[in-house]
Amino acid sequence: MTEFNRRLFLGTSTAAFGLLAAPAVMAAAHGKPRVVVIGGGAGGATAARYIAKDSDGAIDVTLVEPSRTYFSCFFSNLYLGGFKEMDDLGHTYGVLASKHGVNVVHDWAVDVDPDGKMVTLAGGSKLPYDKLILSPGIDFVDDAVEGWSVAEQNKMPHAYKAGSQTELLKAQIMAMPEGGTFAMVAPPNPFRCPPGPYERVSMVAHTLKANNPTAKIIIADPKEKFSKQGLFQEGWNKHYAGMIDWIGADFGGANVSVDADAMTVTIDGEETKVDVCNVIPAMKAGRIADMAGVTDGNWAPVNAIDMSSKANADIHVLGDSSQQGDMPKSGFSANSQAKVCANAVRGALTGSRVFPAKFSNTCWSLIDTDDGVKVGATYEATDEKIAQVDGFISSTGEDSATRKATYEESEGWYSGIVADMFS
Amino acid sequence: MAKTPRLLASAAALFLAVAAQAEPDLEAGAKLFSKCTSCHQIGSNTKKRVGPNLNELNGRIAGSIEDFPYSKSMTKAGQEGLIWTNETLDEFLADPKVYIPKTRMSYRGMKDPEDRLNLIAYLNTFSANMASHSAGDPHDLDPAILALVGDKEYGEYLSGDCKTCHQADGSAEGIPPITGWPVDDFVYVMHAYKNKDRNHPVMQMMAGRLSNEEIAALAAYFADLEE
Ligand SMILES: Cc1cc2nc3c(=O)[nH]c(=O)nc-3n(C[C@H](O)[C@H](O)[C@H](O)COP(=O)(O)OP(=O)(O)OC[C@H]3O[C@@H](n4cnc5c(N)ncnc54)[C@H](O)[C@@H]3O)c2cc1C
Repeated sequence: MTEFNRRLFLGTSTAAFGLLAAPAVMAAAHGKPRVVVIGGGAGGATAARYIAKDSDGAIDVTLVEPSRTYFSCFFSNLYLGGFKEMDDLGHTYGVLASKHGVNVVHDWAVDVDPDGKMVTLAGGSKLPYDKLILSPGIDFVDDAVEGWSVAEQNKMPHAYKAGSQTELLKAQIMAMPEGGTFAMVAPPNPFRCPPGPYERVSMVAHTLKANNPTAKIIIADPKEKFSKQGLFQEGWNKHYAGMIDWIGADFGGANVSVDADAMTVTIDGEETKVDVCNVIPAMKAGRIADMAGVTDGNWAPVNAIDMSSKANADIHVLGDSSQQGDMPKSGFSANSQAKVCANAVRGALTGSRVFPAKFSNTCWSLIDTDDGVKVGATYEATDEKIAQVDGFISSTGEDSATRKATYEESEGWYSGIVADMFS
Repeated sequence: MAKTPRLLASAAALFLAVAAQAEPDLEAGAKLFSKCTSCHQIGSNTKKRVGPNLNELNGRIAGSIEDFPYSKSMTKAGQEGLIWTNETLDEFLADPKVYIPKTRMSYRGMKDPEDRLNLIAYLNTFSANMASHSAGDPHDLDPAILALVGDKEYGEYLSGDCKTCHQADGSAEGIPPITGWPVDDFVYVMHAYKNKDRNHPVMQMMAGRLSNEEIAALAAYFADLEE
């Protein structure tokens, strides 16, 4: 498996020389310091790219990711709405390897030995590390929704990891009978992308309005309120009047079971036959975080200053898996955290300058054609957590030019973050 | 008097990044504008003419000057969200009657893309509210702020926050490029957001938490960034 051999760094030898002369804290025992990143998504790809790029070959970076193509969850709702093609969402790892010298290994990490500082891959190989970065995204909590398990995901897709699940959900929506019912079981807090389920409802409604205008959407929600609720509900009334029925916790939305064979959803004792059922279960950190021993309950607590695990100073946890404080679980957040982490890890391994942690997030959502909204905030590190500093949200009743500009901006953001992860 | 060359330089930097093919020739743009002057005013002369005044055109909602007798189709385009930007102006100027059927503007169109690039670059020197970047007047700022020498390495770190949206290679898709700007312009624009003189909620928030030194650091870093 030559893939596992560390790459020689080409074309940057002079720069690398300069850096090797700098105080290389960890270099003594085994040559170059080694960073292993598990998960090539918003957090992991960004961290690998920044550490490799900015250390100019002074650090050996290995990225472990099973998929050869990363399909972003961000903008996957727009695929359901017909605004994007699946191909628009797929990104590959070639440039990380060829331009930045990241050793990309397409395999699953199946175990972490924190004492021996070693990662084991499904293929059997072992990867030693000085610093380990985990950004494995989310997994689902077992038995979170009565009647649903991952075994049912072909009948009742979650589409909360993008790719084939998203395509399946779209195909089911397109195959709905005239006047049929689309049901969503929304997740409890905290979960990946707080506006995600509601942007999804908007996009499903957009598709149904064009193809199946008498169809209905019901949402069973265990929460009493949700992200950007005022903006979404205003938009639903405006664009999809009478189509969407949101059943929050106050009306029994938390009391839900499903039957995947009978295609029924029971909300607060009332059974409904549905044509599509999108179950988004409660979430937890990607499983490998458990194996690394860094979780406490469902998530992995981290120190805000550098995203290092509270359980192990040599393991950093980014993105959805981390429990950090005030930031929402978003691609933008994961990307932001990755850059703070990369700066700190590089500093620890090569003595490069370490700057104060600053984080930010903005989440755009599309409600209908050219009707985009956004919410965002900036954050800083305190001893206790990542704490919000400032924030904003789109207002209801904004003019159409502002909403269109907001949507166009979200397209710019997508190109930007993808370039920041993979280019 | 240092103002004019600075404005010109930043417009040129913007166009380099946006169009990437050719550097716009502002003198050529000014000459081309003579085709427009029988109907349109620009600069300090703002008397009403047959066509609307073109100051602050870039970033303006189409058909939005009060009391100006636009065609119905132009007013409608604006109501539906058309905003004049480099891209929309370019399409409009190429073939006005196709882009806005029934526009009152009786101009057949400017076929040469390079001519349009030059003309729009010239128009942009009169647009401080451009959807993308324009400099404004750096001399409004405290000279001590402009005199700060930015720490580029710190700027590189801070730039991580910018690059989630603004691409390091200067390409622009819905979000303006910020590479290669003259340092003073960058500092000026960031302070305008910080002081909420410029309207954009994300940028007001991002700039709002940056110190004067941090803005200088970012300006120094992005000024020389080429990827
Ligand atoms: C419908 C939807 C819409 C969204 N919209 C937005 C949006 O508009 N804006 C936004 O900012 N965010 C959005 N998000 C959220 C965003 O997708 C996530 O927050 C982000 O991807 C989290 O990044 P991450 O690095 O933690 O995980 P991911 O990006 O999911 O990456 C995790 C990676 O780890 C890999 N992995 C997992 N386990 C292992 C293992 N054992 N070994 C090796 N590799 C492993 C996986 O294959 C995966 O590629 C949306 C999410 C959804 C579901």
